[in-house]
Amino acid sequence: MTLTRPDDRPAQMNSGNALELRGITKMFGALAAIADVTLTVRPGERRAVLGSNGAGKTTLFNCITGDFPATSGIIRFFGEDVTAFPPYERIRRGLRRTYQISSLFAGLTVIDNVYLACRGVSRNRYSLLRPRTDDALVHAAEMLVEAVHLTAVRDRLVGELAYGQQRQLEIALAMSGAPRFILFDEPAAGLSPTERRDLVAILTSLPAHIGYIIIEHDMDVALRVVESVTMMHNGRIFKEGRPSEIEEDPEVQELYLGGGHG
Amino acid sequence: MALADQAPTGARINPAAAPGRSWIERIPPGWWIAVVVLLAMPMVANNFWLFQVMGWSFILGMIAVSLTFLAGYGGMVSLLQMSIAGLAGYMVAILGPSGTTSISLGLAWWIALPAAFLVAAIFATLSGALAVRTEGIYTIMITLAIAAAFFYFTRQNYTIFNGYSGFNLVLPPRLFGVNWRDPVPFYYLCLGCAALCYGAVVYISRSPFGLALQGVRDNPRRMAALGFNVTAHRVAAHALASVFASVGGILLVWQNAQIAPGTIGIPAAIDILVVAVIGGLRRPLGAFVGAFIYVILQVFSPDVLGVFGFSAERFKLIIGLGFLAVVLFSPDGVLGLWDRWRARRARRVDPLTGAPR
Repeated sequence: MTLTRPDDRPAQMNSGNALELRGITKMFGALAAIADVTLTVRPGERRAVLGSNGAGKTTLFNCITGDFPATSGIIRFFGEDVTAFPPYERIRRGLRRTYQISSLFAGLTVIDNVYLACRGVSRNRYSLLRPRTDDALVHAAEMLVEAVHLTAVRDRLVGELAYGQQRQLEIALAMSGAPRFILFDEPAAGLSPTERRDLVAILTSLPAHIGYIIIEHDMDVALRVVESVTMMHNGRIFKEGRPSEIEEDPEVQELYLGGGHG
Repeated sequence: MALADQAPTGARINPAAAPGRSWIERIPPGWWIAVVVLLAMPMVANNFWLFQVMGWSFILGMIAVSLTFLAGYGGMVSLLQMSIAGLAGYMVAILGPSGTTSISLGLAWWIALPAAFLVAAIFATLSGALAVRTEGIYTIMITLAIAAAFFYFTRQNYTIFNGYSGFNLVLPPRLFGVNWRDPVPFYYLCLGCAALCYGAVVYISRSPFGLALQGVRDNPRRMAALGFNVTAHRVAAHALASVFASVGGILLVWQNAQIAPGTIGIPAAIDILVVAVIGGLRRPLGAFVGAFIYVILQVFSPDVLGVFGFSAERFKLIIGLGFLAVVLFSPDGVLGLWDRWRARRARRVDPLTGAPR
């Protein structure tokens, strides 16, 4: 990692790293979707993972969250070995993710979706008592709905929402509770130029202690909201660096930007 | 049968909706009429109607509403609910007093009743833990297999379940000097229990547990990515549903004053599914509407069939045709028909002016 800065944020929980992957490999049958990926991300760091389709970016996310457990390798989250943890245990420790294809609860309202996200990372998940109107989690959910500009549709069923609104809700779910690290999987896909500007605003206004990894094909979005870039190709990492370095790298231009870029 | 499509979406009252009116004022007038009719029924109806028709409807409704809870809110179609109800009923007969004194322990009701609920809940939790590892048709198959196994076990086991003959003279305790098997007290007992079960399902559907259960139904993978233990949630839903089924099962034993393997056979297990689907899985009320229709058909079709020269046993034919019609024309049951009829009325406008009539 070339981007160590002297004014690094204080190390959290007996480790300097938010996320540490060591030799992560995911096999689908005989096919290695990702092979021997080693990656370190500091707390509060914002990083883009770029690569062509099939490079293994989303599979990497699935291994980090545990949606699909890695075949081999070790994953540490803020110093804790979470390799054997089911997804919900990793989420409860402050990891969040969004999905490339919106993954929401179509039969519930917007506010209920966000409320569930807030409830999932707090206690009393099995409570049979309805929340009171002054419930702290209900309030937190209201704030999140407002933060992603969905207050006008808070009581609509999610299945009835427009595509862009569903993408915004997707982000709200990932910001519930007290996230420490978020994985954004192509959050700008299918958004209009205006919605993309809103997205960049949301990403850049996240509190400084929340780091993230973003998978994004739109370079204008990706390179404006990150401080480091990891390039993947055929399931392996083949370059890491600052956005400007990556943009100017001839090998990257050849492989990913189609040579004519910049 | 696309049961997953019949997810309840009606629960739109939000915890933070802060309505201007109190909850009493928000109850629609139709409900008040229903409450008055149900409470006043013993003044006009005869004992047969109260005990057989209404009592049985409420009992079937409670067992069916436990399935509605699992299938409608949790997306899990279980054929086990009748077995769970039957097990609770058996437990009351085994632990409490019955005519089969060689087996029944004759314990007091305040031990036998909680123990019956507990045993049924343990059974539901264990079988639920097996069933939730499967999806869709396989959940139906595995619960059917357990139901069948339990049925044959009760029929062949004489040391605990007294085999073929089961237990007779299983009577409710004489609390407050009332014989609860008299038609009027039994009617109010069933009405009260049914109202409690219905209210509990409606209330729980908006609780964190109930909302999360609907989340598990819609998108289990995302629920895990929000911090929920999906498997544990599903198993807990099975355990909770067993409470409603157990209430129905215990009342059923008291109503018949006996229980035998036939009560929990495969036809009975399937009847619960039929009742829930006919009424509509979208809302808990559907279970009770379906149960009432089922009981009316069962009780009165012999007379009607007799007129046409059919045997009384053919009432299942009518139920089956009704089930087919519902699945074909209104997958969300009779309540779905009612909802659509109301929506059409609300949309009806004057053809000349376009103004609502």
